[in-house]
Amino acid sequence: MARALPATDVVIVGLGWTGSILAQELTQAGQRVVALERGAWRNTATDFPTTFAQDELRYHIRHSLFLKPAQETLTFRNNASQTALPIRTWGSFMPPNGVGGGGVHWNGQTWRFNPTDFRLRSHLTERYGAAALPDDMTIQDWDVSYDELEPHYDRFEYLCGTAGLAGNIAGKIQPGGNPFEGPRARGYPTPAMQQPFAPTLFAAAARESGYHPFPQPSGNMSQAYTNPLGVKLGPCTYCGFCEWFGCGNYSKASPQTTILPVLTRHPNFTARTQCEVTRINTDSTGKRATGVTYIDAAGEEWEQPAEMVLLCAFQIFNVRLLLLSGIGTPYDPVANTGVIGRNYSYQTTSGVDAFFADKNFNPFVASGAVGMLIDDFNGDNFDHAGLGFVGGGFMGAAQTGGRPILGTLTPPGTPAWGAAWKQAVAENYQSSYSFSTHGSSCSYRGNHLDLDPTYTDPHVRKLLRMNFDLHPNELKMSAFLTDRLGEIVQKMGPRQLVKHPRTGPYSVTPYQTTHLCGGAVMGADPRTSALNRYLQSWDVPNLFVMGATAFPQNAGYNPTGTVGALAYWAADAIKSRYLKSPGPLVPA
Amino acid sequence: MNPHRSGRWAARITAAALLLMPIAGHAADPAQVAQGRYLAVAGDCAGCHTAPGGAAYAGGVAIQTPFGALISPNITPDPKTGIGGMSDAQFLQAMHEGVGRPGHLYPAFPYPYFTKVSDADVLAIHAWLTTLPPVRYKIQSNQLPFPFSIRASMRVWNTLHFTQGRFVPDAGKSAAWNRGASLVQGLGHCGACHTAKNSLGGDETGSPLQGGVLDQWLAPNLTGDIHTGIGGWSVAHSTSQMTDQDRLAIATYLKDQPGQPATAPPAVAGAVMQLGAVVYDQQCAACQTARGTGVDGLAPAFAHAPGVLAPDPINLVRAVLLGAKSVATDTAPTGAAMPAFGWKLTDQQIAAVLSYIRASWGNAAAPVDADQVHTLRGSLTAAAH
Repeated sequence: MARALPATDVVIVGLGWTGSILAQELTQAGQRVVALERGAWRNTATDFPTTFAQDELRYHIRHSLFLKPAQETLTFRNNASQTALPIRTWGSFMPPNGVGGGGVHWNGQTWRFNPTDFRLRSHLTERYGAAALPDDMTIQDWDVSYDELEPHYDRFEYLCGTAGLAGNIAGKIQPGGNPFEGPRARGYPTPAMQQPFAPTLFAAAARESGYHPFPQPSGNMSQAYTNPLGVKLGPCTYCGFCEWFGCGNYSKASPQTTILPVLTRHPNFTARTQCEVTRINTDSTGKRATGVTYIDAAGEEWEQPAEMVLLCAFQIFNVRLLLLSGIGTPYDPVANTGVIGRNYSYQTTSGVDAFFADKNFNPFVASGAVGMLIDDFNGDNFDHAGLGFVGGGFMGAAQTGGRPILGTLTPPGTPAWGAAWKQAVAENYQSSYSFSTHGSSCSYRGNHLDLDPTYTDPHVRKLLRMNFDLHPNELKMSAFLTDRLGEIVQKMGPRQLVKHPRTGPYSVTPYQTTHLCGGAVMGADPRTSALNRYLQSWDVPNLFVMGATAFPQNAGYNPTGTVGALAYWAADAIKSRYLKSPGPLVPA
Repeated sequence: MNPHRSGRWAARITAAALLLMPIAGHAADPAQVAQGRYLAVAGDCAGCHTAPGGAAYAGGVAIQTPFGALISPNITPDPKTGIGGMSDAQFLQAMHEGVGRPGHLYPAFPYPYFTKVSDADVLAIHAWLTTLPPVRYKIQSNQLPFPFSIRASMRVWNTLHFTQGRFVPDAGKSAAWNRGASLVQGLGHCGACHTAKNSLGGDETGSPLQGGVLDQWLAPNLTGDIHTGIGGWSVAHSTSQMTDQDRLAIATYLKDQPGQPATAPPAVAGAVMQLGAVVYDQQCAACQTARGTGVDGLAPAFAHAPGVLAPDPINLVRAVLLGAKSVATDTAPTGAAMPAFGWKLTDQQIAAVLSYIRASWGNAAAPVDADQVHTLRGSLTAAAH
């Protein structure tokens, strides 16, 4: 039996990027905030110091920073004809755990989505006609526009100190930046990072091909930066241990390096770590959340009553808590009704490996978000007429690390071990390079999340079941993007080039990306969305759900910039309207 | 540091706040109360009287002295466990004479400095303290072994080390100098740490403010010495909370204090410099930069830094062995920290890298001895268990 704690104004489930942003905004607005985090507290100098942070075996191979599948996992199947089985070792994606969440171990790639991404179905229908979209494709508009989000993108980028070169300031195209991006009110807070050799060569080849290369926007600092909260970040040393790792140099934007030093000083803020929320509680009407129930590290069960509940966990865990708590109607892919679990989407990545005879790329001079890219084939930046697919992605040369265990690219035909393998690694370490594309992922009826009928977690609660496969639209898109990338790389003069377009069926085994999206999406219609345009539950108005859970489909960009912008957008609506008059912010 | 602690602190602070009932304000002059608050912050009463995670000014901080531990008392206005029943006259006597309700106070409470604070300032502090929320929290202050546990023993100590009397301005000096002197010698009680102590815990009167070691920390030289003191500092770099005017006054006074004559340090052996450079490049340069410039607000600069050049390198050795964390404030909240290297570097490596830092980028200070690292490693490890 859960023991009840004193009530608070706001309870936050998960203390990563969105939980930290909402906690900071709402404590500043005078609210008493309790954040519950199932992982441990983490500080830069004690938990990922420079003295041992750069340990590929510990962090990349052995997943030291991530959730343990024994704590919670999910089951997976490609489609309804299969029986889903539990994922016992993470592969395709890496669910975060602990204070800072994915903000601790991300690469720092800090993008804005394109203006047309936010009204995708309307835009594509207007340009190509409704018949261009497959019947089972469930993409939809977000009911928030790029222009509405622009000030909130700006806030997130200035919080993080994002390093980049603007391509469009107030409608004026800027030389050297991304000319396809939506207009921004001002430039990036810090200059773009210094580019290594391979990205520089790629940019020259792309320019020669008539494309528009620009430096990748980066949450890793090109120089020291003090953010608007007064928190300082240090310059990146290009050590090349970003994704999978915490940054010991205070150089990567994370909740630890941007918000938590200020938030933890606030007397209205309380964090409880190693506390796993098991349920969102509602009153007898089911229309009002009364708080949450959680289990602490000692196995004790507690009830934390609150006036408002903010779900800020990782995408799939937000969806699972909604399903386990009976909030909203679960999605039925056969009838195409219900909203919880609907429109799960991912990211469609691919690559081109190239082997050169005469280059020393120094791949170890790296950072999670250093590289030269083009956006000419992202979103609807190019004419899709006759191509047989919609969507796109950015592509280019991003140098995230030349680490000793996995940074060992060898040409096809090389043995997997032994003297010949060692010789090939030694010959190719400096002169090979993996170029990449980062493609969009549309949503479909068959791609959804529900509760598994068989498997449960240690608290005997049903696991989430992921139903997902790659559709012809994404496979055609990936082949197209990979071909365009191959053409540019060919201009760089490799002796051998190997293309790896994404192929089906989707597998949860090889790592692709942790950009899981949707499942409780935002929109204008309660029949096709779980949340309104302010990320407020249509069914339970004192419940808000943050993060990529709200994306109706995923664009051809990393999601964190948009996750941050949506968090500030929702916080703004809560502060300026909801707190004054609690209730639905949009009439259902 | 326990990585979970920050979160728990936050939780405890909130829990403590919930337990406190708001009380009606004490009928006091608001200007006097505001002045009292400023002075109490400047004098850092909370440094000893607020425990980490505990209620403000409710005491309970263990102060380690060479004679044993003293626990700081509760100075909230709770009548039973705090100072609620204290009159203005009793408060003045405690601050000026070191005599409180239990009898003689121990000079861990720095009354030898507070005796210089004016009556008006002492009464302002008292007025402000009485406006705080009372917290019922009983402290057993005196946990010293015999004979120090006998409070009357402080009579003897007082005759040796204590001179009662208010601050007297020097008519030959500027108003800023005198204001600085009154803060340094009085409320700021700077010498309590920054002046070396004799065997009885009294000040070494021959070398005021030239640095002292307490509880295995060096409180560095504050005098106008160019190399090891603050003689080379711009007066803009002072600490937080005080008004700029008071900080400038303190700097004016301190920079006018005599230091020791400079002597050329012995040269560092070439092999030590080579080892030190290797360790520095591999372990330190990522944060401190290759040229030792540091990053403003995150990692301190090493060139011409008095803390780096101090004759006793104990603070440097300590930081490398255990790590270090800068203090976070409302205006500088980052609180950046340095990881511990004690588990990773040998005594020789630590001595070499510190010797290298103390002899590079224009620095010139005596090399650090591996034996000193070894000794400190042993005592700090013993203290941690």
